Amino acid sequence: MAEIIVVTSGKGGVGKTTTSAAIGTGLALKGHKTVIIDFDVGLRNLDLIMGCERRVVYDFVNVINGEANLNQALIKDKRVDKLNILPASQTRDKDALTLEGVQKVLDELKKTHDFIVCDSPAGIEKGAHMAMYFADRALVVTNPEVSSVRDSDRILGILQSKTLRAEKGEEPVTEHLLLTRYSPDRVERGEMLGVKDVEEILSIPLLGVIPESKAVLSASNQGQPVILDTETDAGQAYDDAVRRLLGEDVEHRFLNSAKKGLFSRMFGGR
Amino acid sequence: MSLLEFFKTKKKSSASTAKERLQIIVAHERSQRDQPDYLPALQRDLVAVISKYVPINDDMVSVSLDQNEDCAVLELNITLPEAEIAS
Repeated sequence: MAEIIVVTSGKGGVGKTTTSAAIGTGLALKGHKTVIIDFDVGLRNLDLIMGCERRVVYDFVNVINGEANLNQALIKDKRVDKLNILPASQTRDKDALTLEGVQKVLDELKKTHDFIVCDSPAGIEKGAHMAMYFADRALVVTNPEVSSVRDSDRILGILQSKTLRAEKGEEPVTEHLLLTRYSPDRVERGEMLGVKDVEEILSIPLLGVIPESKAVLSASNQGQPVILDTETDAGQAYDDAVRRLLGEDVEHRFLNSAKKGLFSRMFGGR
Repeated sequence: MSLLEFFKTKKKSSASTAKERLQIIVAHERSQRDQPDYLPALQRDLVAVISKYVPINDDMVSVSLDQNEDCAVLELNITLPEAEIAS
């Protein structure tokens, strides 16, 4: 039975698409047939992050409207076997996505995939609602910053009331906190909220901490999910998160700043 | 802690300010999360009606709805200014 994972946050620019690309790719690398769906209708970007923007012919809305079948719209990743991408439409029609249409496509994808990763748009409007409605799990992407944490809490409230699982009174959507753009140095200096602070405020289990990293921009520049850069801190942190998602017990890394020498420790040099 | 930092006058870190502010706003928003949309409007109307007789402002009225198994309780809390009670 396929599992539906929504990557959501409320606030924009916190790393939802970067995370969807990395986690989806990671799951496929571990041998699970995975599809990543871009729900950001009108502002498609997953294709760029995945480096398949020139291979988009048909999109999610075409499939819903019956203008193309799923096999025509799915883009098979060239680097990772078992990975598909379903791009969003660039239409400006706000009503392009319907619950019935989304459900139909998800049901069909479930037959051939182990994981369906839904990349939610920012906000709490229709697209975000559609992305989370059928979810079994939610990755709440949060930056250690006040507006992001507040918006994440708001999204958690919506996950607990406006999803199929909530409406049918089933087991609630499993929530995971993914803290991104984390700077251990700044946390140590008291300039940034720490992991414990954010965990305490949102009170949901921590899936992983992705350090602020140059590798993320560099990967997106090249259209390559950052998890494929296995030498980088962000790539490794995402790989840890994928393993935890699959039930492995992996110790958290990148929570402390790099060791300093005696001199800088004494004089607070950085 | 470094030697230099030890001698610097200790002032509250901005992260702890952020945490306190978040805890307050998040608790407040959670308490309103499950309430129906009409409660703020109801509260506004109540304040308007009561203001005709007693000078009060928004934060002196609180409205909350508690949902139990088979009934809902609308709780209304109005704080009157001291001078008004005396007269």
